[in-house]
Amino acid sequence: MALAGGIGSGGAPSAQPLLRLSGIVKQFPGCLANDHVDLSILPGEIHALLGENGAGKSTLVKIIYGVQKPDAGEIIWRGQAVDINSPSHARNLGIGMVFQHFSLFEALTVAENIALGINDKKLRKDLTARIVEVSEAYGLPLDPNRAVHDLSVGERQRIEIVRCLLQDPKLLIMDEPTSVLTPQEVEKLFATLRRLASEGCAILYISHKLDEIRALCEKATIMRLGRVVAECDPRQESARHLAELMIGASLKAPIHGRQADAGAATRLVVRNLSLTSDQQFGTDLKQVGFEVRAGEILGIGGIAGNGQNELMAALSGETLSAAADTITLDGVAAGKMGPDGRRASGGCFVPEERNGHGAVRDMTLAENALLSGYRRRGLVQIGVIDDSRTTSFAGEVIRGFDVRTTGPKAEARSLSGGNLQKFIVGREILQKPGVLVVAQPTWGVDAGAASAIHQALLDLAAQGAAVVIISQDLDEIMALADRIAVIAGGRLSPAIPVADATIETIGRLMGGGIESGLEAAHAP
Amino acid sequence: MRLEIIPRGARSQVWTYASPLLAIALTLATTLIIFLLLGKEPLEALRVMWIDPLLTKRGFSELFVKAAPLIMIGVGLSLGFRANIWNIGAEGQYVMGAIFATGVALYFYDVESFPIWLLMIPAGILGGMFWGAIPALLKTRFNASEILTSLMLTYVAKLVLLYLVVGPWKDPDGYGFPQSRLLTSAASSPHLIPGTRIHVGVVAALIVVAIGWFLLSKSLLGFKLKVAGQAPRAAAYAGFSTKSLTWLSLLVGGGLAGLAGMFEIAGPIGQLTPALPTGYGFTAIIVAFLGRLHPVGVLFGGLVLALSYLGGEKAQIALGLPAAVTMINQGILLFYLLACDLLIRYRISLPTRKVA
Repeated sequence: MALAGGIGSGGAPSAQPLLRLSGIVKQFPGCLANDHVDLSILPGEIHALLGENGAGKSTLVKIIYGVQKPDAGEIIWRGQAVDINSPSHARNLGIGMVFQHFSLFEALTVAENIALGINDKKLRKDLTARIVEVSEAYGLPLDPNRAVHDLSVGERQRIEIVRCLLQDPKLLIMDEPTSVLTPQEVEKLFATLRRLASEGCAILYISHKLDEIRALCEKATIMRLGRVVAECDPRQESARHLAELMIGASLKAPIHGRQADAGAATRLVVRNLSLTSDQQFGTDLKQVGFEVRAGEILGIGGIAGNGQNELMAALSGETLSAAADTITLDGVAAGKMGPDGRRASGGCFVPEERNGHGAVRDMTLAENALLSGYRRRGLVQIGVIDDSRTTSFAGEVIRGFDVRTTGPKAEARSLSGGNLQKFIVGREILQKPGVLVVAQPTWGVDAGAASAIHQALLDLAAQGAAVVIISQDLDEIMALADRIAVIAGGRLSPAIPVADATIETIGRLMGGGIESGLEAAHAP
Repeated sequence: MRLEIIPRGARSQVWTYASPLLAIALTLATTLIIFLLLGKEPLEALRVMWIDPLLTKRGFSELFVKAAPLIMIGVGLSLGFRANIWNIGAEGQYVMGAIFATGVALYFYDVESFPIWLLMIPAGILGGMFWGAIPALLKTRFNASEILTSLMLTYVAKLVLLYLVVGPWKDPDGYGFPQSRLLTSAASSPHLIPGTRIHVGVVAALIVVAIGWFLLSKSLLGFKLKVAGQAPRAAAYAGFSTKSLTWLSLLVGGGLAGLAGMFEIAGPIGQLTPALPTGYGFTAIIVAFLGRLHPVGVLFGGLVLALSYLGGEKAQIALGLPAAVTMINQGILLFYLLACDLLIRYRISLPTRKVA
């Protein structure tokens, strides 16, 4: 594994790296986003930056594009050490970036939007003609006089790319460009990128879609937890091996040592759950099915954006199913019930996002206790809020889960992420659910709070609840769950006991390949 | 010198309440300058507009008569605004309430022994609710913006009013004037204090404030409205249906506007005329924001705006200013209020520069 491959590291010996990063460190409060990262990109190379959410990819490219400053480390651009202060400085150097979310004015035309992003007065002359010229040359058809609001997402992305190309970039950074494109648009984009590379423009391509990277890129740098863990040629690797590199090579053995009781009653049954996502670029759920018994913890792993959010919404009742019997909670067909009805049937839920989803920032903890607890804790009588019971329930959560705060009257936003997460998890657990579904229970939470939350989930299962943990943190699933299933492309793999789970199996499932044999065995 | 606007990170409690007071002060200062430019004695003009109306018993009581509809509508709007349901068409719902109430009054025109105004109350509420239900239906069925639909329906309501007073409901003894018959005493809301125009509607406005306060701070319903406004995803997670909250907001807002319209017909105005829509429905939007979308605040906001109406009238009589002075005052007040509300989330600082 070649770290910081430079001159003489094989490959093209003549080429001096276009960009070389060495020892980049970026510390955020409570999180080391980049830990001595080395990266080198050759001219004309399509270089993938691969990693899970939170691996530090975005921070790294923001440093390259001058949005953020590294705490330590060196940036060498075309052989010279540089200090990139701002995006416009980066653009002057010849670094362009196409963001995942576009910054375009809907009411203006294509040409007007492009003119806004160009500081150089000389370039603004004959802009319309230049746009046509560049867009034709690179197979990016664009009419400069169309208003942006009439354009598809793919066309809008072309505007951003053309805007970069007009400034003759030497390096083009693409941040998850295909997450908003149709398969046909993806093909066209790849053709454009290959063409650019052949003309000597290097491309840094950020993604966690393994197939795309294997199809497009000739080199990949893989990051995990802020560090570069590997460099490889993705064309030579299987998707499965890339996934293994991404998620890390070691799987810890389960810590709980519990034996799942095969005779226990089944408390949650999901059968044949298919849902079309209401988000434009969401993931449709396809015939998801699983069962969880009393006392059992099922972990659902997978790379972000493979249907986790849609599955959570379908389980919590925020999205309703077409048929009632797709979801059964303690024997009650709950598919067509809203969140209130599901809570009445014994379900409790912890969504992934704390702020604005699991809790309301500007409301007090007492009000946030009321938010999901009013049904199971009887905090409302004939439409009137029982203030004293609400306050005492919030106090119970605060004491029981060691939430560091001034009391039930404190507003949610005054709590740290870990404390608010403990409050939300505690609020659900103290409702004594029969079935608890939690998404990313320890996302962005400090180690102390994380272990408290883990213990609480284990205790809840020990008391006979069925628990589902949807998490991108495989270590977490391996530590807590009895069985693990993997969601990929909206399909859920069969669940296997964590004791039997190997990094190979999980990597293969994450890469999207569910073995047909397993699938057949799972069919009822 | 450049001012910098820096986010506070949290809402300032102090400025939540200080912002309307600052807005009122800035409004007074601005009108002072306008009076100067118009060649009026500015302090004298301010006294005429803001203090004189309160000095007589009649004037003081008129304050409450004018404030009553503003408060009723303002409380209704506050509930909806809390949930980000922007009902801009209270004026139309107010007119429709007045029309329904007049319909009842005219139907029972010959009845004298029974207090018809009691029947007009539910009729007025229903009229307003009916007019609020249309934007609710369009919003929940077709996702049409209630801001546009409720506003446009205001003009429809005014045209319906015009049609009725020149057509079927025209006063047969009215010498051709476009107005309905004068309501009978059985169809008028009783006056409560002799020598003033204070009527049952004023008490009704206070009851509306009390109920509004209870709903907003004590009931699950009020909690749902607040959550829906502050964090829509949390509302979905809690299982609060956006659809039903949209319906509720527009029905309550419309119903209370209709009630206000009914009491105007049964109280101060006494008949259906094209002069009925005087902008109470729009002014109530300012009232709601001035009152921080809180029913008790709306009570005070209603009184302030009512005073601006009375002061405007005084200014026309005593100072010879045009009628537009009322609207100008209200416009300036809303302008400053929106500007001052910036201070709730941001603070303004002068960058300290080193002198070279």
